[in-house]
Amino acid sequence: MKFNIFRSHDDRGSGDPTQTPRMGGHVLPAARSDGPDGPTADAVEPTDATAGPALQPRPAEPLGPIKIRARDVSVHYGDKQALHDVSVDIPDKTVTAFIGPSGCGKSTFLRCLNRMNDTIPSARVTGRIEMDGQDVNSKSVDPVLLRAQVGMVFQKPNPFPKSIYENVAYGPRIHGLTTSKADLDGVVEKSLRRAGLWDEVADRLHSPGTGLSGGQQQRLVIARAIAVEPEVILMDEPCSALDPIATAKIEELIDELREQYCIVIVTHSMAQAARVSQRTAFFHMGRLVETGNTEEIFTNPRERRTLDYITGRFG
Amino acid sequence: MTDALAPTTADRAARLQKGLRRRYARERRFQLYGLLAIGVAVGFLVLLLGRIWTQGNTAFWAHEAAIPVYMDPARIDPAYPQGTNFPQMVAEQQLARLGVTDDAAGRASTEMRQIFSSELKFVAGDMIKADPSLIGRTVTVTAPLSDDADLFFKGEIGRDTPEEQRRVTDRQIGWLDRLQDDGFVKRTFNGRMFTSGDSTEPELAGVLGAVVGSALMLLVTALLAIPIGVAAAIWLEEFAPRNRLSAFIEVNINNLAAVPSIVYGLLGLALFINWMQLPRSSPLVGGLVLALMALPTIIIATRSSLKAVPPSIREAALALGASKTQTVFQHVLPLALPGVMTGAIISMAHALGETAPLLLIGMVSFVPGVATSVAEPTGALPSLIYIWENASERAFHERTAAAIMVLLALMIVMNAAAIVLRRRFERRW
Amino acid sequence: MSALLFLLPIVLAVAAFVAGRAVAHRRFDGVRPHSRPSQHAALAAIWVAVPALVVVLAAALFGGQVERGLLEADQPAAVVALDDIRRDAFYADVHRVAGGETPLQTWEAPLSADLQSQAVRAGQLDSIRLVGALAAALLAAAIGGLFAFSRIRPDLRARNRVEGWVVGVLLACAAVAVLTTVGIVASLLIDATRFFERVPVQEFLLGTQWSPQTAIRADQVGSTGAFGALPLFAGTFLIMLIAMAVAAPVGLMSAIYLSEYAGPTTRAIVKPVLEILAGVPTVVYGFFAALTVGPAFRAFFNGIGAQLIGGPLDGLGQYLMLVQNQMALVAGGVMGIMLIPFVSSLSDDIINAVPQSLRDGSYAMGATKSETVGRVLMPAALPGVAGALLLAVSRAVGETMIVTMAAGLAARLTLNPLDTVTTVTVQIVTLLTGDQEFDSAKTLSAFGLGLTLFLATLVLNIVAQRIVQTYRQQYD
Repeated sequence: MKFNIFRSHDDRGSGDPTQTPRMGGHVLPAARSDGPDGPTADAVEPTDATAGPALQPRPAEPLGPIKIRARDVSVHYGDKQALHDVSVDIPDKTVTAFIGPSGCGKSTFLRCLNRMNDTIPSARVTGRIEMDGQDVNSKSVDPVLLRAQVGMVFQKPNPFPKSIYENVAYGPRIHGLTTSKADLDGVVEKSLRRAGLWDEVADRLHSPGTGLSGGQQQRLVIARAIAVEPEVILMDEPCSALDPIATAKIEELIDELREQYCIVIVTHSMAQAARVSQRTAFFHMGRLVETGNTEEIFTNPRERRTLDYITGRFG
Repeated sequence: MTDALAPTTADRAARLQKGLRRRYARERRFQLYGLLAIGVAVGFLVLLLGRIWTQGNTAFWAHEAAIPVYMDPARIDPAYPQGTNFPQMVAEQQLARLGVTDDAAGRASTEMRQIFSSELKFVAGDMIKADPSLIGRTVTVTAPLSDDADLFFKGEIGRDTPEEQRRVTDRQIGWLDRLQDDGFVKRTFNGRMFTSGDSTEPELAGVLGAVVGSALMLLVTALLAIPIGVAAAIWLEEFAPRNRLSAFIEVNINNLAAVPSIVYGLLGLALFINWMQLPRSSPLVGGLVLALMALPTIIIATRSSLKAVPPSIREAALALGASKTQTVFQHVLPLALPGVMTGAIISMAHALGETAPLLLIGMVSFVPGVATSVAEPTGALPSLIYIWENASERAFHERTAAAIMVLLALMIVMNAAAIVLRRRFERRW
Repeated sequence: MSALLFLLPIVLAVAAFVAGRAVAHRRFDGVRPHSRPSQHAALAAIWVAVPALVVVLAAALFGGQVERGLLEADQPAAVVALDDIRRDAFYADVHRVAGGETPLQTWEAPLSADLQSQAVRAGQLDSIRLVGALAAALLAAAIGGLFAFSRIRPDLRARNRVEGWVVGVLLACAAVAVLTTVGIVASLLIDATRFFERVPVQEFLLGTQWSPQTAIRADQVGSTGAFGALPLFAGTFLIMLIAMAVAAPVGLMSAIYLSEYAGPTTRAIVKPVLEILAGVPTVVYGFFAALTVGPAFRAFFNGIGAQLIGGPLDGLGQYLMLVQNQMALVAGGVMGIMLIPFVSSLSDDIINAVPQSLRDGSYAMGATKSETVGRVLMPAALPGVAGALLLAVSRAVGETMIVTMAAGLAARLTLNPLDTVTTVTVQIVTLLTGDQEFDSAKTLSAFGLGLTLFLATLVLNIVAQRIVQTYRQQYD
């Protein structure tokens, strides 16, 4: 069985097109039908010398079905192009790490997945991103509902200047997900428990969230995100502002959350990517260079640039 | 529409969907409030400026009479022509021309006289003085109409208004119509508005005295506030040690910036007039008070433009062996100068419109004529506006609006200068 | 005359600079001095100009008083007999005559002769004063110059000395701010104390009767409670409340709209409009309030009153028919408009200080803009906004022209916005414009009001600035 879940320009011509829709025995519907990903694209780059080894079967953890499918996504900020034609598939119930030097476009791409780039007036996103087969950029998709589906955790912990309880209750409240106070209490407790924070804050739910330590704040923010029961959680360098112990806790948490969510994490730390992710995508200069199983990327990358980066020659 | 985004439970999706319409309605409502708020501000500005224009544009026009006057040798003393009662003479001649006989109390001639401005007397007197040979001849004398007659021709005093409610009698209206039919009434540009000082007669009043007073005052203010303010800012920004003294001075400046302007008026009254015995109502005192008021603004503006000069400039100069003082005066200050001047001009424009303190230092008194030095009593533009607004004659109302236009025009010129300065010389680091 | 005297230090400084540079060049021939010749010259110029300037300043500040003291030391009998105000007028005319102008008033027989003789004396004293000041200034400059020129040596650290002087002058300029505060406090305190000697503080602060005009009569001073300022405080408070009811929501909403919703084009149009509104002088707002808004509101309420009269609300109708142009609502409303740009620009700063990460956090949760503003931005910005509103309150309390022109003079304790009320600032203007005799309780009461106003706004400002500062540090 071949796993070719991740696709990019670099591995576009890497194999038999018929294999593309198949992964983990799961047949993706209508994968051939979207234009940019069609055979024409394959025809442009018919072969790739480095592609060979990637097609070798490797031992891999069982991955979920494809949750997010991106095709030829480009992002412009004003006149500047920040992202060039990124195509990638992201599986469910899996942690996918985006790595690369700073300014390589990994965060930009992440922000496309829940349309956070909409909040930047100069940003223009082209290409197609599907979540469960639905184009998220389509006019009929409400960003509000999309974001209820796709939670996000930022680089710097950003709890609202409210109590811990109110922070977690924020999402359910604005989306009207609960009907009673007891219901809401239940959601708050469940979310805090899942984020591994309940034991630490149960006795001070009504003290300000900003009073927690950095690591606790970040877990609070994760609890806040999962309180609306999203399907995908995006994490933008969630540990870069934390000390090693807090980082370890967050990583542990990410690993636990993997069972229920599709998690995408942007990190500048290759060690972290190796520790927490099953899939890795390497970005460089606004392009997706290589994707694959994490182990494969770190032990036997197909691309020279990937090798240089993970061995510390740049970045 | 979002069913493909596979909801975890149907219930959750339903709730999300249900709330959505309400949430977007709230969103639109909120945005509407914002637009309304901005609409209020913009609308009020339009209303204010529009109203001032409609009230004041008529003041730039005036009606004057150019009437043939027989310089009656029986009434004019060639040795002292100024002593002649020209208005009465003209009134009687006009009554005779219109075939009206005056009663014993002279009511008709009084009413006729009221049609013309008292200026008629001086115009005619000056003509005779310049050329005594005019006596005995009929010459055309051009003089303004009285304020009420002027307002009548401008349509501000309606014919339909009952006679007892307007300041022009039915008889005067008849005469005015005749004068106009005979071609004696001319509509001209009201040059007096710009060439004369204040007057108790609206048709003779102008803003020149006030403009000159304001200019002299601003001169004093600029000469004091700009150097002192810039120097203070330089000390605070470049030399001040971080100690209690500089912290105290900073707190002081911040508070002074927020002290109500009328308190500065009290200070001026007590300190400059009562204690130092400086001349009341003078541009000197006004300028001193405004200088103290403008000081905090100038200091704050100067500091921010000094702050904007990057430290690398200072370090470069210091590294070349320049002293601290040389660094500041030869490198930092020249670079900050455009910002400093912009701030200074804007604060001067602000000082130009300041009114309350001027009232307390005596600038509400009526001062005819134009001041020639900073120690003479004078009016100022904003206080003139206040005085005219309070005046009972209706003709002053349009002149108040016109004076406001002059004031706003001057402020716009100053602010435009500041903007040009900023555009031209501003440097982004 | 004294203006020319002020030129003297400048002329002397230029001369000293030129001479100093020449001397320095000569003395430094062949040696390498610590400071450059022009720096020595600058030091010499300072040493010449500063003593001269001190003398000239002293002459200008105190010369007049000394001269008047000398002039009045020997008063003719008829002048002694005059009351204070007439005597002031007399001496004012003496100076006018001495200056070659005609006297403002006509003086009766003995005084007219005295006027001439005193004018001659005044003229003499004037010239003595001028010559004396000139001589003293020159002497001071000469002493300073001797000292400075003797010290022009290669090893003198002239540059450091000059820079010391420069920094000293800068510090002195900065100290003007402190001196202004001292001046304000002193001038208010001195006259206010004299007022409170006549009218007890508690009566002033808590009395409900304000009629300073009647209190001119000696028998009424301090006895009838004519100086109870409570109605003024109430009027000020009422107008402030109305102004804030307009300015707070409108200013805040426009700030929110501009920072969160408006595109660059809208901002490019609206911001200048707000700046123009902020730049319009208050006397213009007052004019608009008095001649446009007042009559319009009056017509509106009178119209409603006319409808109600005879109906079930007859009493209300009667009242509305009597509403006048000058009412708290007009002054407060227009003042509120005046404060919109102030509130808006302060709130704009405050809202922009809220970190973008909080907005991102909220949007990423699926919140709409209004939810983000209402549930995240506003709670986060609340302290800052409160501080901004307090600053606006302080502005409203101290605002003078709008209320003077549109609020009225009737001191009454009311919270009815349709009533004519008066404020602290209006009363200060009324008491101090027009004819005033100094030292009367009526005039001095203005300083009592001024002190109260100053203290109230000072407290508001300090509290507000503290709040805003703490708020800003939180997000720095």
